[in-house]
Amino acid sequence: MLRVRAYEETLVELQRAGAPGTCTSVGQEACAVGVVDALEARDRILTNHRSAAHLIARGADPGRLMAEVLGRVDGYCGGRSGSLHISAKELGVVLTSTIVGGELSMAPGVALAQKMGQGEPGGIVAVFFGDGAACEGIFHESLNLAVQWQLPLLFVCENNDWQAFVHRRETMPDNAIADWAAGHGLPVATVDGNDVEAVHAAACEAVAAIRADGRPRFLELVTYRLRGHFEPDDQAYVDADELAHWQARDPVQNQADRLLAQNALDAAGLTQLRQQAAARIEAAVSFAQASAWPDPRTLTRHVYAEQGVQP
Amino acid sequence: MSRMTTEQAIHQALAEEMQRDARVLLMGEGVATKRRDLVQDFGAARVRNTPLAEAIIAGTAVGAAASGLRPVIDLLFAPFLTYAMDALVNSAGKLRYLSGGQFDFPLVAMSMTGSGWCVGAQHNHNLEAMFVHAPGLKVVMPSTPADFKGLLKAAIRDDNPVLFFSDLALLHQEGEVPDDREHLVPLGQAAVRRAGTDVTLVSYAKTVEACLQAAAQLQAQGIAAEVIDLRTLKPLDEATVLNSLRKTGRLVVVTEASGLCGMAAELAALAATRAFDVLRAPVVRLTGPDAPGASSWVLEQAALPTAEAVVQAVQGMLAEMAVAAS
Repeated sequence: MLRVRAYEETLVELQRAGAPGTCTSVGQEACAVGVVDALEARDRILTNHRSAAHLIARGADPGRLMAEVLGRVDGYCGGRSGSLHISAKELGVVLTSTIVGGELSMAPGVALAQKMGQGEPGGIVAVFFGDGAACEGIFHESLNLAVQWQLPLLFVCENNDWQAFVHRRETMPDNAIADWAAGHGLPVATVDGNDVEAVHAAACEAVAAIRADGRPRFLELVTYRLRGHFEPDDQAYVDADELAHWQARDPVQNQADRLLAQNALDAAGLTQLRQQAAARIEAAVSFAQASAWPDPRTLTRHVYAEQGVQP
Repeated sequence: MSRMTTEQAIHQALAEEMQRDARVLLMGEGVATKRRDLVQDFGAARVRNTPLAEAIIAGTAVGAAASGLRPVIDLLFAPFLTYAMDALVNSAGKLRYLSGGQFDFPLVAMSMTGSGWCVGAQHNHNLEAMFVHAPGLKVVMPSTPADFKGLLKAAIRDDNPVLFFSDLALLHQEGEVPDDREHLVPLGQAAVRRAGTDVTLVSYAKTVEACLQAAAQLQAQGIAAEVIDLRTLKPLDEATVLNSLRKTGRLVVVTEASGLCGMAAELAALAATRAFDVLRAPVVRLTGPDAPGASSWVLEQAALPTAEAVVQAVQGMLAEMAVAAS
């Protein structure tokens, strides 16, 4: 979580210095870390435009991520993605889509391939999306198909209260997206998304259940987007009291406080962890900035697969 | 060779490719209902009825294609493709590129369109050019039973997403179809249906027949028309069209689809940019109108370019030439 936070805060600084903007997940780190840590290497992950925490939790190299954000050749996608659709197939993070709901549209297919023997035996699929995607029609189509076809799929809704620049209270009459999922017959769990240990425990339970019966599960993680939709964003539209309430529930600080209280970590240890994270991200920035720009002559490479008709 | 209808040729292609490659699966509204023999031969897991929800059918195909399967989806009528646009255009068409080539999307999206069933514009809309415009996709629209089989087989074996359009009016048409299980028609190769030296008629799907009929009438008048069936709209076989134009110097493009920003416009642009020096007359586009498809038989037929219209267009072109020469 410290590494994710350091990475995204560094991206904010880089944006102020002229780098492309990003959609950060500051405040939602516990969701990503808690769920991804419950998965195994054989599992697949689909994520969205707010993907840095999922990727870093999965072990992505912050240098290659940052190179991608800066549009450089050493990025995971060779600079073609930028921040918004970073896939890292080698890590099992596949088909990242920035179309809100795009991840939900493709996830059943990834899970179907898994079910039909294409992945590693016993693997499952986790798909991360937000309350905004839950308001897309494809949300219901995706859940319905996953239940009907009994797909090994974990739906992870990070309900962060914000749908781009619109508060969730303006877009849906209910608070609980899990209720919609339950309406489709999915076993659901709703968890404090700012408590990484609670998220991890719930995710482990859901993952074990999916592995046991091959059927989908739904996890709603109640959290909050502490920064704007896309950097830069002055958040002038955000209620100050609400923001302060959630800032006091910062998942990274909360976990640090908990570990300190449990004597699992001391102040010096925490400082050391923060310094390690900062050093790692500092190295990532150096790596990314030193990476070459893509050759403009490669502009149209990768549009089509070369293999066509087999004679 | 066997004589069969287009529908039978499509079915045979599906059966052969499912037999050949266990990764091929068929999904769509009613595919298992209509193709019971495929369910029996290949199992219910590979022939899947779906909810009537095109967005998730297409999205599921995209996810499955990137994960090792080779899905074929039947989306029924082409206008329903608009529900599947996000998965096909934003995901299948773009995520290979945006990921730096990490994923392939070997999938085929089948749909029917065209006049002939009096079903109206929400079941009949020749919107193939929308997909030609989208990067990362290939687009096929055959005209003969043999091509339906050979192109569908080739599309299933292609590692790119392919939109496969079936002209409704051709589904019951009979023709000779090769029995060879390796009968493949390569994507991107047009067919010269009739050779000629005076004018090039370019078309695809049902209007190829109008061009052939026109060519026969024109021959009686001493005019030799060459008829090109594009078969694949993307990648477009520019060489075959240009070779013909260099011979004839005259181009008539005939499509059921409307003209604005369509295949006819693209071919006119091809002629203007790559064969201007050999053009002996302005390019003529005979297309459907910028209007939704009507249901009434009379109105539906009125939207179609006919053989007579093609003949008149060619006669007009040659008459202008005669006037200019006199």
